[in-house]
Amino acid sequence: MNTRRNQFLRGVRAELPVLMGAIPFGMVYGAAATSAGIPVSITQAMSSIVFAGSAQVVTAQLVQAATPGIVVVLTACLLNLRHILYSASIAPYLHHLPAVWRYGLPYLLTDEAYVVAMSHYTNERVDLQYKHWYVLGAGLILWLVWNLSTAAGLLIGAAIPPAWSLDFAIPLTFIALLLPALRDRASLSAALAAGILALVLATMPLKLGILSATLAGMVVGLLVEPRPTTPLAPIQPQPQERP
Amino acid sequence: MYTPLSLWLIISSIGLATYAMRLVFVVAPSLQQMPPPVRRALRYVPAAALAALIVPELVVLSEGVQAVLLNERLLAGTLAAAVAWRTRNVPLTIAVGMGSLWLLQALFSL
Repeated sequence: MNTRRNQFLRGVRAELPVLMGAIPFGMVYGAAATSAGIPVSITQAMSSIVFAGSAQVVTAQLVQAATPGIVVVLTACLLNLRHILYSASIAPYLHHLPAVWRYGLPYLLTDEAYVVAMSHYTNERVDLQYKHWYVLGAGLILWLVWNLSTAAGLLIGAAIPPAWSLDFAIPLTFIALLLPALRDRASLSAALAAGILALVLATMPLKLGILSATLAGMVVGLLVEPRPTTPLAPIQPQPQERP
Repeated sequence: MYTPLSLWLIISSIGLATYAMRLVFVVAPSLQQMPPPVRRALRYVPAAALAALIVPELVVLSEGVQAVLLNERLLAGTLAAAVAWRTRNVPLTIAVGMGSLWLLQALFSL
């Protein structure tokens, strides 16, 4: 069907701008893992298997610091806990699909693919029927480029001068993804609260600060939402704000 | 320090756990019957999670307001955020962010 191919290719195209951040990100990871003493094959395998940039970079840092293995695993898992939240928010759009899609697509849903997928699913002008092909296109091209840039980082990473600060491409990618997600006052408040808390909690062990800050940001978003949170809330006469 | 076997074990465990976390709500329909407030709170996950990853990379809490605010990463990141806000253009955001970081690093090292 032409529509499937169309959606797949549109997903690939939607992911292309994000790749500009993923390429230096992958190279930074490849270089970091090499200097941590992780063998080439394992560094590359981690990009294929784990497919989560920030957790991979942190794993390399912890291995370099000779952290006990169990702590490395726990920290990376805690850092990836936000994927449970991603899973919960995208699940309603995927549950009608056959098992092969339901088990396959989530594997590709790392930050950069999830954000692109969610903005496509929340775009009501497009019919739901073939949207999963769009997500597949976005996820696969990201996976492919992520693995290729890891390989590039392994090959030439050591030759890149630290003064280039290539690692700064990591927060920059997240900034480029964040700003379009700030659609209203509530999401802006959620981001501000989470950002400030993540900073305050940065010294928490095992990177728990990022998870706690995300949860707190979600609560702040709910509180700032214009609608009352329960239908049973008492109705108070108050001046209506009109934009 | 680590044997290759232990490293393989570490990355397989992380990979398996990460896949399970991405999968859980998609294949467990009973978990999809969430209370409405939880469902609405999930809409704020991208904004909150990304902000929580970004801010600690840009701001380093150190002594003195000036040292915190005149951090080249904070300045370059703020500029990149302004570009992202105005243009929604990912490559331009990254280019402006990297370019201004290099410029500021050169200026501050004078």
